[in-house]
Amino acid sequence: MISVKNLQKHFEGNTHVLKGVNVEINKGDVICVIGPSGSGKSTFLRCLNMLEKPTGGQIIFEGDDLTSKKVDLNLHRQKMGMVFQQFNLFPHMTVLENMTCAPVLLKKMTKEQAEAKALELLDRVGLKDRASSYPNQLSGGQKQRVAIVRALCMEPDVMLFDEPTSALDPEMVGEVLDVMKELAREGMTMVVVTHEMGFAREVSNRVLFLDGGVIAEEGSPEQIFGNPQTERLQSFLAKVL
Amino acid sequence: MNQWFSQLQSTFIDSGLAPLLLEGFRNTMIITLGALLIGLIIGSLIAVVKYFSEDTPALKPLSTLCDIYVTVIRGIPVVVLLLIFFFVILASASGISVAILTFGINSGAYMAELIRSGIGAVDPGQMEAGRSLGLSKLQSMRKIIMPQAIRYILPAIGNEFIALLKETSVAGYVAIVDLTRAGNLIRNNTYDAVNPLLCVALTYLILVILFTRLQKVLERRLAKSDKR
Repeated sequence: MISVKNLQKHFEGNTHVLKGVNVEINKGDVICVIGPSGSGKSTFLRCLNMLEKPTGGQIIFEGDDLTSKKVDLNLHRQKMGMVFQQFNLFPHMTVLENMTCAPVLLKKMTKEQAEAKALELLDRVGLKDRASSYPNQLSGGQKQRVAIVRALCMEPDVMLFDEPTSALDPEMVGEVLDVMKELAREGMTMVVVTHEMGFAREVSNRVLFLDGGVIAEEGSPEQIFGNPQTERLQSFLAKVL
Repeated sequence: MNQWFSQLQSTFIDSGLAPLLLEGFRNTMIITLGALLIGLIIGSLIAVVKYFSEDTPALKPLSTLCDIYVTVIRGIPVVVLLLIFFFVILASASGISVAILTFGINSGAYMAELIRSGIGAVDPGQMEAGRSLGLSKLQSMRKIIMPQAIRYILPAIGNEFIALLKETSVAGYVAIVDLTRAGNLIRNNTYDAVNPLLCVALTYLILVILFTRLQKVLERRLAKSDKR
């Protein structure tokens, strides 16, 4: 579904964040990306939907090279949902408007269809009664659940999560992870940058350990957590587990 | 007291000059509102060009042009600008339209900065969220960034409007009968300096107070979604 080939990212000031990342992401994969801070995890994820422009390499999504100038990024982004660490809900819109804004504006659905879809999704994450609330009336966990269903409302083929629980109070992490687990069970293709090792171990089918701008180790959660090969991964796991 | 009333009577009524004040008031309002509109249009255009030129190399020349415009306009006193437009560039146009254009062009340079900083005050994550949903940069701007930026911009626009209203008092330099010039003409004709100028000053003051009220109401309405 997505194949990443020799992905490179230089930032100005010559910091080389990604030094050639190669990954195949298949339909139905739930991939967790772990690694120390500054290893390029978030940059890698943000390159997948071109929020960050790679300085080298290719990202092939459903047959189209997103790094090519000719490709219509907006069209492809409609099929790639993204959830941010800081939620990024639109504060001037109600929960329902947050969700229906893009599908209606992009003529993917009529207003009625979008609202029906949004309410159904909200119901699934237990927030149907908050449809007419504004984001600042919600708790962090509720905001992030809304952010997830906002992305789902576009009926994406893949969901990208950028540290979705890092900005949450500890007691709210569970409710967001539950929604993500549910999503994974339903077969959604997901790429999750996370520090929640428990989630990575339980839900993912593949774990990428990113360190120093390259994938230092890659494998099933059993391999990565049970039998880490490289010294770097061993020392990382010793620190976080 | 009675003496003051009879003085008012002779200055404004007996002299037949009261309508001049009305005409002045009308012209001041026309110039201010017209200039505000032009200023808003120019300011928004520049702000949007500057915003988009950050990652669209094709807009760079246009953006440089905008920079020059803002620098030049902000560096010249508005009276000088008015004289140049009236006597040099648009010598054959009517005074009022020259004034509207001049004050509009002048105000546009300031508005550009106000609007730009308002847009800049919106969390960049908002644009990213919009883009991640597949909205174009322009769609995100319209639906997500601008509605939020307005809340930062509005108070500054209000101040700019007040400044503009008072700035138009120099329109008399190019023979336009605005509020200030009307007062001054009456003073000239009646040898009563106190009352015409007092009347003019009070009119400006009341206008500013009324407008400030209106601005507060608008701001409260825009802050609706901030309420808990």
